[in-house]
Amino acid sequence: MGQQVINGLFLGSIYALFALGYTLVFGVLDILNLAHAAVFMVATFVAVALVGHGLDILLALPLAVLFAGLLGLVLERVAFRPLRARTDSNIAGLISSLAAATIIEAVALEIWGPNITRFPFGTMPEGPASQFQLLGGTVSRLQLTIIAVAVLLFLVLTWLVKGTRLGREVRAVAESPRSARVLGVNVDRAIAAAFFISSALGGAAGVLYGLAFNSISPDMGHGVELKGLAVIVLGGMGSMPGAVLAGFALGLTEVFVVANLGGSWRDVISFAGLFLFLVLRPRGLMGAAATREA
Amino acid sequence: MEQLTDIYLTYQSTIGYIGINALLALSIYVSLSCGQLALGSAGFAAIGAYASALATMKADLPFPVALLVAALLPALVAVPLGLPVLRLKGVFLAIATIGFGEVVRLGLVNWDYVNGAQGIVAIPQKASIWMIYLAVAVTLFLLWRVRGSKWGFALEAIREDEPAARTMGIPSTQYKLAMLVLGAALAGLAGGLEAHFTFMVAPNGFGFSRVVDMLVFAVVGGAQVFWGAVAGAAFLTVLPEALRELAPLVGIEPGPLRLLVNGLVLLLVILFLPAGLVSLPRRLRERRAARKAARAPAGGAGAAA
Repeated sequence: MGQQVINGLFLGSIYALFALGYTLVFGVLDILNLAHAAVFMVATFVAVALVGHGLDILLALPLAVLFAGLLGLVLERVAFRPLRARTDSNIAGLISSLAAATIIEAVALEIWGPNITRFPFGTMPEGPASQFQLLGGTVSRLQLTIIAVAVLLFLVLTWLVKGTRLGREVRAVAESPRSARVLGVNVDRAIAAAFFISSALGGAAGVLYGLAFNSISPDMGHGVELKGLAVIVLGGMGSMPGAVLAGFALGLTEVFVVANLGGSWRDVISFAGLFLFLVLRPRGLMGAAATREA
Repeated sequence: MEQLTDIYLTYQSTIGYIGINALLALSIYVSLSCGQLALGSAGFAAIGAYASALATMKADLPFPVALLVAALLPALVAVPLGLPVLRLKGVFLAIATIGFGEVVRLGLVNWDYVNGAQGIVAIPQKASIWMIYLAVAVTLFLLWRVRGSKWGFALEAIREDEPAARTMGIPSTQYKLAMLVLGAALAGLAGGLEAHFTFMVAPNGFGFSRVVDMLVFAVVGGAQVFWGAVAGAAFLTVLPEALRELAPLVGIEPGPLRLLVNGLVLLLVILFLPAGLVSLPRRLRERRAARKAARAPAGGAGAAA
């Protein structure tokens, strides 16, 4: 039981990180950025490459996250900004983000090939010496590090969004781009910032996921992409606390479903939940009321 | 003539797939034609494929009956699905229908009677190319008849401004539901044809990436007119074949090259040709006319001087 809670929290922290970035862009632009999972994947490969060049993972992680953030800026400039004036920009944006995801995946496939890549042995301490007992279960240093990094990033993000001028601007744009512009907010800059933060979080989730499961391939983002969708719907689209809560809820649920019903039922739960939530409670756990149908 | 036969035999499967993909793209198009981004088609196609395969293999039904089942069963499923789901707008409808598709796929993975993830194999090959194209032709004929009819105008009105359309007394929910059901039937029919064209079906052939393909066909071809979906499906089905020849020349593996070109085509179309490839001739004509118009006064001034 304790072991499952630990595993669930561990998985949930990765889902939550991924979904936070996803939901941030949705909250600001009302666009589903389907390239988020591609950024997630590429950042992992970058981290592996950096570790392969002899960098410590504690240095490779922030560098890969920075790379992901910069890639987010490029995405915003190429695939989203040109569409912003269109009336159907949320469908057009969804499609251009798909195009961007396809291009990124093609590049990754060409550079790293379709096979599974792994972090070099010894990237993180392994073996019994790096494990200890907690709540009646075994925790590895790796798991603890991942949860710690995730929690640190949640705190940084909360501070960025609630405590800084930039965060206030991003929230103002999310509320209404036009009013924000009237009030002197540089809307383009705020949106770019949201993309940078979002993609950096996606990249961080990718590197942590890569470390956790050590099975890295150009299509590793596909599964997480749809799980992330389930998480942000469950949490309420655009709600960041909701995304975190739903991420942990999904992680814990999956672990318990696998333990009690078997592995093949794991994904059924997330998508059936996604579907039921959209039909029965479209605003999710913590979303704003009645905006899903407007 | 003999050469033509050779080409036909070599590219038989590609030719068949152009038709199947056209049907799948049309299944997305019919919802888009009233402004709804519904992405349940992979799920509907899976239901059609499995239902028809079971109908011919387990129930020994004749193939036309099996195809009828393939079209009707998803259409029946679409009614209870659509009633709650069509209240959702834009991206939310897309997400809910993606969720539906994944539930169908995972349901099949967990269903032992149809071999779970391995799927059904050794399905009798009963779908021939003329049947596929007959289905495409009938669909296109129907859509051509809808265009310019009362129905067509109602759909257009809903796409452009749903509240205004409702104010005009257009029952938008009924129209949207009808289009979802039609799309489901088309996807199911395509699934039934595909199952009996390739001898096998597996749940993972009907995942999220499949419905993305269908959407890309419709958008790249042009989602404003019904023949756009067909053009997009044809173009993007033939493209990988052409790229396979090209891959050694550019020094990129065929797999990544196909993805790269697909992504670039999609990006360029959505950025510069929002009405799809079928609008390219018109756009070029307009550009030429505009350039001529720009040159004319300048030329006149030059002659006067």
